[in-house]
Amino acid sequence: MPEAVIEFRDVEYQSSGREVLRQLNLTIHRGEILVLLGRSGSGKTTALKLVNRLLALSGGEVRVEGRDVRDWNVIELRRHIGYAIQEVGLFPHYTVERNVGLILSLERLPKEKIHARVQELLRLVGLSPEISSRYPNQLSGGQRQRVGVARALAADPPMLLMDEPFGALDPLTRSDLQREFLSLQQKLGKTVLFVTHDLHEALFLGSRIALLEEGRLVSLGSPEQFLISSDPLVKKYVEAFGSVARVRRDK
Amino acid sequence: MNFWNFVTQNRVEIADLTLEHLWMVGVSTLLALAVGIPLGILISRRPALRKPVIAAANIIQTIPSLALFGFLLPAPWIGERATRLAILALMLYSLLPLIRNTYAGISGVDRAVIMAARGMGLTESQLLFKVQLPLAASVILAGVRIAIVISIGLATIAAAIGAGGLGELIFRGLAMVNNAVILAGAIPAAIMALAADTLLGWLEKRLSPPRAA
Repeated sequence: MPEAVIEFRDVEYQSSGREVLRQLNLTIHRGEILVLLGRSGSGKTTALKLVNRLLALSGGEVRVEGRDVRDWNVIELRRHIGYAIQEVGLFPHYTVERNVGLILSLERLPKEKIHARVQELLRLVGLSPEISSRYPNQLSGGQRQRVGVARALAADPPMLLMDEPFGALDPLTRSDLQREFLSLQQKLGKTVLFVTHDLHEALFLGSRIALLEEGRLVSLGSPEQFLISSDPLVKKYVEAFGSVARVRRDK
Repeated sequence: MNFWNFVTQNRVEIADLTLEHLWMVGVSTLLALAVGIPLGILISRRPALRKPVIAAANIIQTIPSLALFGFLLPAPWIGERATRLAILALMLYSLLPLIRNTYAGISGVDRAVIMAARGMGLTESQLLFKVQLPLAASVILAGVRIAIVISIGLATIAAAIGAGGLGELIFRGLAMVNNAVILAGAIPAAIMALAADTLLGWLEKRLSPPRAA
């Protein structure tokens, strides 16, 4: 039995009277990429934010490394989990180096150590170290997203939450980043909870795919199982993405 | 009497009044900063307080300055000296632009940046001091700039209650129907306002963050 890193148990979330998540049960195992797939409004981003307590759940519980997230010190919890979002959210007044190294400097690591770590992280995400003195507005979309991933990895968290991190990129850059991210994840062995609405991305990156629809978990399984599922909602999703023969992953 | 003659003959008094003017504006601005910026930060964190605080500052702003000087006259300690009174009134007038701009600057920070900052584990005070305030600095400074320029103008009216400053010359000139005397008060005040505006404008530009990416 693989080790559970993140567990959703009977999770409920309501927002202004609307049920966003209902009875969600899901376990993410160490070292896997679990993709939360679903259309807009299916509750996938909400589920992600319950893990690092950007949102507070209405019922049930979420456990991180076996401990209820409400029992964690929230700052400790968040620094233990890397977080990357589609808009990246780089600090516009900080250079790339300070963006990536911010948490390390808040943790009072010595300057030389931070500098070395930032250089290492930039190389890891395929960026040239020269970029470290630039500001976010001097970067391309793909570079910004790479910096975002480097920043999420800075404190070497054992797990990552990723909310459509490659969603705003052009298709070529996106597929480059997907490929690089997959090999990076395999190298580092991080546990990843990855949100997307893109079936291709889910099939390519996911160890397992969880399909959410209107706040309910509809199906859970490997990409291979997903493609041959007889569940009508899964079938609908797969059909919406057209010919699937081409997108079978070639890891 | 010719303007230049008046100025050269009374240069010591004009310099004294200018310093008095600067003192009133400077002290009132510092006090307003100490009150206005924390209030702006407060209402950005407690949305329920936003309306009452802005409304109160708005109401103060609508009181005619002479009336405000009059209202404050009976206040203990403050009312004893005209300068104290003037400083308090100028401080109250400066609050609105400071509160409003601090609030606008903080709430104008990109939501994705705030989300990323929280998500990566910044504490609320780290978020405020490392992200929100630096990114709001140029907007806050624009408020300071407005507050100072308004104060320099309003401080001339403080002479009406005997607080001194360059308004002294303006009122004297009005009573004497002498333009030269009026100008000897008005021109230094105008130069002061322009200088403050230029200096703060330059600072504001320097503090502007690189355009949000």
